[in-house]
Amino acid sequence: MAIVTIPSPLPGTFYRKPSPDQPAFKQDGDAVAAGDTLGLVEVMKTFTPVAAEAAGRIVRFLVEDEEPVMAGQPILEIES
Amino acid sequence: MTISKILVANRGEIAVRILRAAQEMGIATVQVYSQADQTMLAVSMADEAVEIGPPHPTKSYLNIEAILKAAAATGVDAIHPGYGFLAENAGFAEAVEAAGLIFIGPTPETIRQMGDKARARSVAAAAGVPVVPGTAGLLDGASVAREAAAVGFPLMIKAAAGGGGRGIRVAADADELAKLLPQAAAEARAAFGDGTLYFERFIPRARHVEVQVLGDGRDVIHLFERECSLQRRRQKVWEEAPASAVPADIRQALCDSAVRLAKAVNYRGAGTVEFLYDDERGDFFFIEMNTRIQVEHPVTEAVTGIDLVRHMIRIAAGEPLGLGQGDVVLRGHSIEVRINAEDPARLFMPAPGRITRLRVPGGPGVRFDALIYPDYVVPPFYDSLLGKLIVWDETRGAALARLRRALGELEISGIETTQSLHQALLCDPDVTAYRVHTRWLEGWLASRSRVTEERGT
Repeated sequence: MAIVTIPSPLPGTFYRKPSPDQPAFKQDGDAVAAGDTLGLVEVMKTFTPVAAEAAGRIVRFLVEDEEPVMAGQPILEIES
Repeated sequence: MTISKILVANRGEIAVRILRAAQEMGIATVQVYSQADQTMLAVSMADEAVEIGPPHPTKSYLNIEAILKAAAATGVDAIHPGYGFLAENAGFAEAVEAAGLIFIGPTPETIRQMGDKARARSVAAAAGVPVVPGTAGLLDGASVAREAAAVGFPLMIKAAAGGGGRGIRVAADADELAKLLPQAAAEARAAFGDGTLYFERFIPRARHVEVQVLGDGRDVIHLFERECSLQRRRQKVWEEAPASAVPADIRQALCDSAVRLAKAVNYRGAGTVEFLYDDERGDFFFIEMNTRIQVEHPVTEAVTGIDLVRHMIRIAAGEPLGLGQGDVVLRGHSIEVRINAEDPARLFMPAPGRITRLRVPGGPGVRFDALIYPDYVVPPFYDSLLGKLIVWDETRGAALARLRRALGELEISGIETTQSLHQALLCDPDVTAYRVHTRWLEGWLASRSRVTEERGT
């Protein structure tokens, strides 16, 4: 069991939900498959999905919904 | 009423523009800013600056409570909303007035009336302004097939509460309509909190022509029109005044229509009435009215010599218009190009970051309204607009030559910008002859990227 941190690919705003009144893509403890969307990073009104590279289980998110992120900043931890 | 101190409830280049107008009028200024915007140009230009919250717009530039708190703390008597953010939010205008302050813009009722696209359409139709064949708000599914047949295909599905080109879908036939309707309603509900939709005839090749109006709540005048057909993803990238490719009688009819509509709502402040002009059929149709200052207002200022932001402030202070229609004289031709922090070579990917070097163009007939300076770090949280390069000259041909010269002088290093897009557009014969429509640019970009792929570069 290895814990991998997923970094933000870009600087911007991190979103955990597809839109404000919808539930989060994933919660702490959820199982993920490779390619699953974990969140979105908005850069100047352009949205880029953050996807899981490998299957595993989410240990925890390190960034809240709508929080600013730097490129490379860890967003969440996945146990695989 | 007098205005002696203004709070600017916006950021970027429009904040700078408003501060300049206020300073010229001897009005004190307060600039609000988010935690990501401490270093923005407007903060250093204003007399006072107040931080209003975290970077995310909902926590700062859209946070009505924080803005009103800053206004109370600094003792301003008026608030200018700029464009975007809260500029067309009737609730904000009401809250400003309820706090005993002046909202520099139309009344909350006008904002509400024109912000509801279906309502705006019926006001326009009642004022004798041609509207695109279409329906009023559709709430139920039963009448859809009949309404769609009456409008005719292809048709656009639009959200009544939408704007800025968002939430629009095009259906080619009844089958596609049936497929797209549930998606469109769900998206409208999610994005705007209101799933009401309406249909409009889709005009495949239209020019976007818009009329600038100015009203004081009693009288209304127009300041001629602009053409903004060069768009990407329904965002304007290049604007001109006047719309010289449109016949003179049509332009006159457009301006008269815009004044009729603005008079029908006793319009107060600066506003823009947007139309689609169908070249082939010679028809024009109202699409919407924007109840605020627009990004491309400088081209109108260039061809009329009238300072729109100054007039907005004077009207808000209760002064009469002070200009008759006969005082507005059109002279020459103006072009504005938007310099965005986007990489045209990589599908217009956003390009925030540090400006390492900046050379600003100058000389006769050149204006550069921007938010950048050397060593400024463009934050990733907001719009990609860095500035607008505006040129004026006696004719369109001369203005194109001046634009080419000014774009050659402009130098922005450190981040990618859309400067190269405009330089490429200037070399295209359709642009120089102005044979364009609202979907021309996307087609041009697609054909260029195919050529690049074939060359293997």
